[in-house]
Parts: sequence; structure tokens; C-alpha cells
Amino acid sequence: MGYTENELAKDLENQEYKFGFVTNIESDKAPKGLNEGIIRFISAKKEEPEWMLDFRLKAFALWKEMTEPEWAHVHYEKPDFQDITYYSAPKQTKKYESWDDVDPEMKETMAKLGISMEEQQRLTGVAVDFVMDSVSVATSFKSKLAELGIIFCSFSEAVKEHPELVRKYMGSVVPMTDNFYAALNSAVFTDGSFCYIPKGVRCPMELSTYFRINEGGTGQFERTLVVADQGAYVSYLEGCTAPQRDENQLHAAVVELIALDDAEIKYSTVQNWYPGDKEGKGGIYNFVTKRGLCERNAKIAWTQVETGSAVTWKYPSCVLKGDNSIGEFYSVAVTNNYQQADTGTKMIHLGKNTKSTIISKGISAGKSQNSYRGLVQINKSADNARNFSQCDSLLMTDECGAHTFPYIECKNSSAKIEHEATTSKIGEDQIFYCLQRGISEEKAISLIVNGYCKEVLNQLPMEFAVEAQKLLAISLEGSVG
Amino acid sequence: MITIKNLHASIDGKEILKGLNLEVPAGQVHAIMGPNGAGKSTLASVLAGREDYEVTEGSVDFDGADLLELSTEDRAREGMFLAFQYPVEIPGVSNVNFLRTALNEIREYRGQEAISAKDFMAMVREKSAIVELDPKLASRAVNEGFSGGEKKRNEIFQMAMLEPKLAILDETDSGLDIDALRIVANGVNKLRSEKNATIVITHYQRLLDYIIPDVVHVLYDGRIVKSGPKELALELEEKGYDWIKAEQEAK
Repeated sequence: MGYTENELAKDLENQEYKFGFVTNIESDKAPKGLNEGIIRFISAKKEEPEWMLDFRLKAFALWKEMTEPEWAHVHYEKPDFQDITYYSAPKQTKKYESWDDVDPEMKETMAKLGISMEEQQRLTGVAVDFVMDSVSVATSFKSKLAELGIIFCSFSEAVKEHPELVRKYMGSVVPMTDNFYAALNSAVFTDGSFCYIPKGVRCPMELSTYFRINEGGTGQFERTLVVADQGAYVSYLEGCTAPQRDENQLHAAVVELIALDDAEIKYSTVQNWYPGDKEGKGGIYNFVTKRGLCERNAKIAWTQVETGSAVTWKYPSCVLKGDNSIGEFYSVAVTNNYQQADTGTKMIHLGKNTKSTIISKGISAGKSQNSYRGLVQINKSADNARNFSQCDSLLMTDECGAHTFPYIECKNSSAKIEHEATTSKIGEDQIFYCLQRGISEEKAISLIVNGYCKEVLNQLPMEFAVEAQKLLAISLEGSVG
Repeated sequence: MITIKNLHASIDGKEILKGLNLEVPAGQVHAIMGPNGAGKSTLASVLAGREDYEVTEGSVDFDGADLLELSTEDRAREGMFLAFQYPVEIPGVSNVNFLRTALNEIREYRGQEAISAKDFMAMVREKSAIVELDPKLASRAVNEGFSGGEKKRNEIFQMAMLEPKLAILDETDSGLDIDALRIVANGVNKLRSEKNATIVITHYQRLLDYIIPDVVHVLYDGRIVKSGPKELALELEEKGYDWIKAEQEAK
């Protein structure tokens, strides 16, 4: 139906694809599969300049030579890369015909999270149009930022409006050669966020993907770039607590953060992608490469609460290049039913007097497997490096698993590295104690889990923290074994 | 307040309570003593609603409610409090957060409004004084790093905050030194009223010097076999339990 792959190939041969393409294409979706033609299709659909297309093609050529990594402690059916649609039209498509068609469990979850009815409808795609209010809120928000010289827009927009910045920084922290999924993302990334904070500017509000007038579509291969120029500060929130369904199973995003001298970036994520059903069928694969680069005296803090996805594979990391730079990683990763997570961080100490802090809280329930994998690397040049790592595991049932793979590579004898790890379970006795004080089991688990995660939740901006707490409680309902 | 009739309870198929009868009216303190293995802690657990135990026969009327029909949390919300023999630690959950959650759940159950932060903190200050508990401990995690004495005092502090109709003190005196014992007993005494009742489970007469009971019961082999005034406790202290056992065997 519509434009076929053959017709597309013919167009490419004719070298007239750039313009003919855009006006001839009626279909909103690229045909399934991944080849050079599809990449050109994507680039043309997005009206990208030549250099962007070249970037993609280069990455694609590299990707074809790479092999899929298999070292993570996760088992999943390998995605068929030829069986994926790599481009869907940006306008938001209705996912359900009416409110009645929406999954009742999803409705219940959103209600528990305290999401307003309007917002629920928007999130499930029942209401296609934005409520007037959100458009005007976003508009006034943007003008405030513009006054300060802050750029916050979609990645696609940035490619067109701020090419110098994008070209300078894109791929500088996560090069396309970095790994299999980064190469794939570099070839077929769809959209994401771009943020630039000018010298000395402190961004006055938390930047959230909610406020970027999202042109819709799913975050399948998101590409995000945040640059804080010298002395700048920004706190960025990614994700939302509402359960997100998606027919696209593979999510391979790339997030690059650059904190120049004396700058600070706080990047918080709450992720609740569809985790699969109680039997472990379906669910999203979340394979993300996130990395930040710190120049002199700079600081980058990653905070994440991961409760969704069938398989999570990510290591938000910091390269502490500049002297006196600081990297921090705070994480709560929850797995339930048949979910699997292999997540952690890498702190690479290059400069002098660098510091890193890692606080990882894993919670396993059901029959899930939760692994922490961390690397603390102190280079020869990294005099006086300091690291503190704490990875704790909480087991909720006797069928789940918690695993820890900490790596320390130290090539400088002046370094101070501390590592602590604990494994615990929520005792029946603890639950009974709460019950006997009149607290319901649900509330008891919520109290105990939140207490366990407190150190991490305290790092989140307040509204996010409140939502994250509720989310934790919901993810673990009925899970004490 | 509470009437227990012919209570039979087992765990893992083994019968521990074999037809226990007990009546504790409002306004009174009853002590339960007995040798190890008699079923004292089992009684406390069964009344609190521990699911490991199976009630096979009997009834328990708690101020007009059928206790055995209620879940553990509902029993608590109806006004039953158990001061644990070995209070458990709950890392990461502060005492205040814990108690405020409990208090509000109980209030919700009773159709009352949640307590305001201000009123709650005032209550914390007032009640922690009753057991001479340093208010700073209130912001620490539940029982985490508490000494034995502090844990037991924390139990009574919670009791003071939740104001139950019936308090069951399960060997609250175990592991306490003389001073801690005095403070705990003082606390319990201050909370006594015409409207509530207390069951004190203990091995030793010593606690009963401070918490003077109205009636002393002896629990032996899963049943209450003897009841008497406070002097009975002194008699047990002097003679031990052998004479009770002999009496029972003779029957």
C-alpha cells in the first residue's frame, strides 16, 4: 500500500530523492527494514542538511561491521533488525478509538499515580489534540528561556536552527564507534531533546521533556544532547511515571551531556516503559548509552528510577576529564515478574582531584533478575582521585535474583576507593510489625521500599520524587513472598 | 474488653493452645505467667493475628467485635496493640514517619481526619516524655541501632501514641536492666485508664512489683489452669511451677 521499497530504490537511483522524495511520499511510515535507502528516507523526511545524512550513513556503515554484544546478564529474544519500522510520521497517532478501549489496568495505574483525567487521555493518545492550556504554558515557558539565551528544543529542530552547536558536540561523548547500539542510534535516531545553556547562566526551572512541544511519535531511537557552557547550570528531567506502551519493542537511545569548565548538569530519569505481562511476554527492550563529559571543576549527576521495560541495559557514565570534576550516580532499579536489568555506571577518572559517588539500589521481585554492573577506572594521570560506591540489593521473593559485578581498575596509587555492598530482604516480621500497628501490607511495603531508596529519591527534584515514590509502590504491589 | 472462650490453636500441625479461657474487663491489668513452652507467646501471636498459627476452635470477643474474623491490621485499628518481645528493625523508615502512617490509617478506619503535622509533632514530644525517650530518636529509623532497653521503651512510646483499647505486653521486661524496667513500667502505668485493658505476659514477678496486676493467671500446657490475686505471682516466684504441674497431673 502506498510507496513500496522498490519505488523508493528507483528514486534513489535517480538522485532526485531529496526533493521528489518529500513531495512524493504520502505514506507516513517507512517500510520495515534497515538499509541505506531507509536512512536517506528518514533524513529527507526530517529535511536534514547534508552533513547530518553523512553522519548517519557513516554510522550505518560501521554498524553493519559490528556484532551484537552478549555479555550482559540478560536473556532475551534478539530483535530482528530488519523487522522494525525505523520511521513513523511525527504527528501523534491515535492509539485508541475511545476511552473505553483503554486497558483498565493502565487506567487504574494512572489513577493511582494521581494523574489527572485530561493528562491520562493525552498520554494514552485518546485525545489527539493538546489541551489549550498546555500549549500556552509551554509557549510562555519557552519565551522565558529565550530571554536568557537558553536553547531548549527538539533535536530535529536543533539540527536545522543550531547546526554549529550540534555539529560541534554530537558524537563527542558517545562516538558512533562506541558500541553496537550507539552506532545503530547514530544511523537511525528519530528525535530527542537539545539543550544549550550559555556561559554563566543558571537555568531557572527544571527542563522537562513534557514542556518541549513534543511532535509526538515514540522515543524509539531518541537522541539527546545537553550542553552547559562555562559556569552554567541546568537540571533536566527525562521520562514520566505514566506507563508507556509502544508497539516498537526496541528502544536504543543515546544521551550525551557536556559540562564545560565550572558548569553543572543534573539529569534525572524516571522510566516506566511497558515491562511485559505477568508471564514475561512482550515488553520493551531499553538499551541506552548515556554519558557525560566533565571539564575543569565541572559536575554531572545522573539520577534514575527505573521500573519498566522487559530488559534494561544501561550505564549512565561520567568521564571526569577536567581537574576537580565530580561525577555522581544515584539509581533505583526495580524488576518484577520476569523483568531483567543489567544496569550501573562507569566513572572514568582522568583529571586530578576528581571525585565520584555511586549509590545503587536494586530491588528484585517476582522471578526477575537484577544486576548491578559498575566500573571505577582511575587512569595513571588521575592523581588524588576519590570514589565511594554503595550497591545494595533488596530481594522480595525467593525466586528472584540480585547480582553485582563491580569493577575497579586503578592505575594511580594516590587514589582512595571505597566500596560497600549489602543484600537484604523485606522480612515477614517487618511486614507483620507494620500490620500490627494498623498499616496495610501495601503501605508497609511502600514505606519500607521508600526508606530503602531514600538516598536516591532525595536526589530527584521534588515533584518527580513524589511521583517516583508512588511508582515504586505500584511496581511492587503484591510482591512480598 | 476481651473474652476468650475455648481457644485452640496449632502451628505446623502441633496444637499449642488447648482450650484457653480468659476474660479481661476494661480498666484492669491481667498478668499471664507460666513455664517455657506453655503457650504464652503463642497466645500473643494468635490474638495479634499471625497467620502461621491456625485457630481450630473457640471464639474471641474484643469489645463486641469477633476478633478472629478480622485481619491483623483491622485488629490493630479496632484498638489492639502488641508490644513485641523482639521488636524488629526497619531501616530507612523513621519512627515519626512510621507512627504517623499508622495513626492516620487508624484514623481513616474510624472515619476521622488525618492528623496535622503540627499536632502530630506535639503528640510526639508529649508521649516520648512518658517513657523518657529522647525525642531525637524519633527521627531515627524504627529500632535501628537501638539498645535493648530503647527498643522496649520505643514499644511503649508507640503504645502511648496509638492509644489502644487493649495492650498485650509480650515479655516486655526481658533484657531490661532495673532502671529501664522502672521506666517502662512507669510508662505503662501512666497509660492505664478505666477505658482500656492490659495483658502483661511475663516470666518474672519483678515487673509485677511495678505494674501491679488485678489478676494473675498461670498458663500451662495451652490452658489457663490457675487464676488469683497478685499474691499468686509471689507464690510462683517462691515455689516455681512444679507444684502447678503436679496439681495438673493429679487431675
